[in-house]
Amino acid sequence: MDYFDILISVLGSTIRLSIPLIFTALAGLFSERAGIFDIGLEGKMLVSAFASACIAYLTGSPWIGLAGGIATSVAFSLIHGFASITCRGNQIVSGVAINFFVAGITIVLGQAWFGQGGRTPQLDASGRFSPIVLPGADAMRGVPVIGPIYADVISGNNILTYLAFAAVPISWWILYRTRFGLRLRAVGENPGAVDTAGISVSWLRYRAVICAGILCGFSGTYLAIAQSASFIQNMSAGKGYIALAALIFAKWKPVPVMFACLLFGFLDAFSNFMQGKSVPFVGEVPVQIFQALPYILTCILLAGFIGVANPPKAGGVPYTKER
Amino acid sequence: MSTASVPLPNWIAYGVIPLLNLLVAFLISGFVVWLIGENPLDALVLLLQGALGSGRGIGFTLFHATSFIFTGLSVAIAIHAGLFNIGSEGQAYIGGLGAALVALALDHYVPWYVTMPFAVIGAAVFGAAWAFIPAWLQAKRGSHVVITTIMFNFIAAALMVYLLVHVLIVPGKMAPETRTFLPGGQLPTLEWVMNLFGSKLEDAPLNVSFLIALVMAFLVWVLIWRTRLGYEMRTLGVSPTAAVYAGIPYARTVIVAMLLSGGLAGMMALNPVMGASARLQVEFVGGAGFVGIAVSLMGRNHPLGIVLAAILFGILYQGGAELSFDMPNITRDMIVVIQGLVILFAGALEYMFRPAFVRIYQTFAKV
Repeated sequence: MDYFDILISVLGSTIRLSIPLIFTALAGLFSERAGIFDIGLEGKMLVSAFASACIAYLTGSPWIGLAGGIATSVAFSLIHGFASITCRGNQIVSGVAINFFVAGITIVLGQAWFGQGGRTPQLDASGRFSPIVLPGADAMRGVPVIGPIYADVISGNNILTYLAFAAVPISWWILYRTRFGLRLRAVGENPGAVDTAGISVSWLRYRAVICAGILCGFSGTYLAIAQSASFIQNMSAGKGYIALAALIFAKWKPVPVMFACLLFGFLDAFSNFMQGKSVPFVGEVPVQIFQALPYILTCILLAGFIGVANPPKAGGVPYTKER
Repeated sequence: MSTASVPLPNWIAYGVIPLLNLLVAFLISGFVVWLIGENPLDALVLLLQGALGSGRGIGFTLFHATSFIFTGLSVAIAIHAGLFNIGSEGQAYIGGLGAALVALALDHYVPWYVTMPFAVIGAAVFGAAWAFIPAWLQAKRGSHVVITTIMFNFIAAALMVYLLVHVLIVPGKMAPETRTFLPGGQLPTLEWVMNLFGSKLEDAPLNVSFLIALVMAFLVWVLIWRTRLGYEMRTLGVSPTAAVYAGIPYARTVIVAMLLSGGLAGMMALNPVMGASARLQVEFVGGAGFVGIAVSLMGRNHPLGIVLAAILFGILYQGGAELSFDMPNITRDMIVVIQGLVILFAGALEYMFRPAFVRIYQTFAKV
C-alpha cells in the first residue's frame, strides 16, 4: 500500500472517530460556558446510544431512534440540572452519579429486555443511518489527490457526520452572535451580574444543560446506529472523557473544539493503524502511548505549558440568590 | 425566603436527611428490579442471604469492604481539604505496581510478615506518587484537580497495560499478569477470626489487609480531628481564603492532602493483589476507586461512617453476585445502578429534602 492510500484510510477513520467527540465536546461547551461542569457527558452519550438503538429496533426508523436518543439524553441533563441548579448540589458528584447509573442500567435493561448479554438486537440497513455518497464521488475518484480525498474522506459518511461539522459553526453562532449566547457566557462568568440584569440564572442554566443533552443525544445515536448497528455494553468507552479533555484542550471555544476532536480522533485512528507495525530505528511503538496521549497533552496544557486554559469563572459553583 | 442558611439540629441534618436520601436510592433500585419483572423483596432477601448467610458470604463481603474502606478514606481525606480526588482508581492501580514489585522482590527470601510492611509502604508510595503530579498542578499551576485526576486514571490504565503486556508478563505466557507470588509475598487469610465465631471462610479471600484498613481508618480519624495538619486541611476545605489568611500554606497542604489520599488509594491494592489473587493483573481495581466516592459520601467523610458504608457496599457486591445466580435477569450490573443512585441521592441531591425539613422544623420549633 503506498503512503497516499494509507493517509486516505487513516483520514477516513479519523473523521469517523472524531464525530462522537465533536458532538460531545460541543455539549460540554454549552454546559460549561454556562457554569455547569459536566462530568456526566460519558453517561449521557451511553444512555442515548442505548435508547436510540432500542427505539430504532422497535420502530425500524433511525430518525425516531435519534429523537428517542435525544429525549433520553435531555432527561438525564435535566436530572443533572435539577441536582446542580435547583438543589445546589455538587456538580461533579452529580455527573459521576449519572455515569454510574447509566453504565449499570443500560446493561440491566438491555439484558432484561433482549437477553443478549446487554446488547441490543442487530439493526438492518433501514434502521440505521447509512453512508451517503455525495454527487460525483465516483466520477471524481480518477482525479489525482483531490479525487480520493473527495470520494473516500468527504463523501461516503452518514448524515450525522455532516451534521456534526454543521454543529460547530451553529454553536459558534449561537454562543457568540445571539442574545441567548451572550447571556449563557455571562452566566458562566458572573451569574450575579446576569441576575442583577433581571434575567433568571436558573432558567438560563437549564436551557444550557438542555442544549448539552441534545448534542449528547446526537453523539450517542451516532455510536449506536450510525457507526455500529446495535448497542454494545459500555460502547462509549471513555469517549465522553476524551471529549472533556478536547473541550479543555480547545480552551472552551467552539472552532478549536472541532480541531482538538479531530486531533484526538486522529491519534485514535493512528494508534489503530500502528497496531503491530514497527517504525524504523524505534521498533514497535506501544499502542498505549497513543491511547494515553490525549490525556497527557491535556494535562500539559492544563499545567499552563501550552498557553493558558482559563475555565469559565463561575464553573462548578452553584448560584445562591440570597442568604 | 431562602432556606439554605437556616440551621437544623444535628439529628435531622446528619441523621434523618441522609437516611431518607439512602432510602429513596434503595426504593428506586427496588423499582428497577420490579421493572425488569422480579420481586424486589425476594431479591433483597436473596441478596442478604448471599452476603451474610454463611461464613464464606461474610468473608467475601468483608473482602470487598476492605478495598472500599481504603478508597473511601482516600476520597474522604481529599474532600476534607476541599479537593475532589476522582483519581483513586488510577492511584490504586499504580499502588498495585508498588505492592507487586515488593512482593516479587522479597517473596523468595522472607516470610509474609516481613514483606507486609514493605508492601504497605510500596503500595502507598506508588499511589502517592501518582497523586503527586495532579496535586502539584493544582497547588502551583491552578489546574483543576478533578480534571487532572480523571486524565491520570486513563494514563495509569494505559501505563499498566503496557507494563503488564510488555514488561512484567511471564515469558511464554499469554495472560498479561505477573508470576504468582510465593507465600512470602501473600497476605494470609483471616481464617482464625472466622473460626473464633465457629464459622468457616472456605474460599473467601478475606485477609490481613482488612485489619490494615481498620487501623488506617483509625489513623485517618486521628489525623483529621486530632492533629494540627488535619486542622489545617479542614480549614482549607471550608475556606481556602481564610486558611491562607490564617497563615496555612496553601500549596503544601494541598500536596500533602493529595499524597495521603493517593497513598491510601494505593494501599487498596494490597487486598486484591497480595491478599486474593497473589499476582498483579490487568484491571484488578475493578472500579473500587469509584466506589470509594460513594462510600465516602455515604459515610459523611467520617472514618466510622466510611467503614459502615464500605461494609454496606461489600454486602451489595457479594449479595449482588449471589443474587445474579438465582435471578439471572438481575445481572451484577445492578450493583452499579444502586451505586449510581446512592451517589446521586446521598451526594448530588443531598439538599433535596432540606427545604421541606426546614419548613416542618420551623412549624414545630415555633411552639
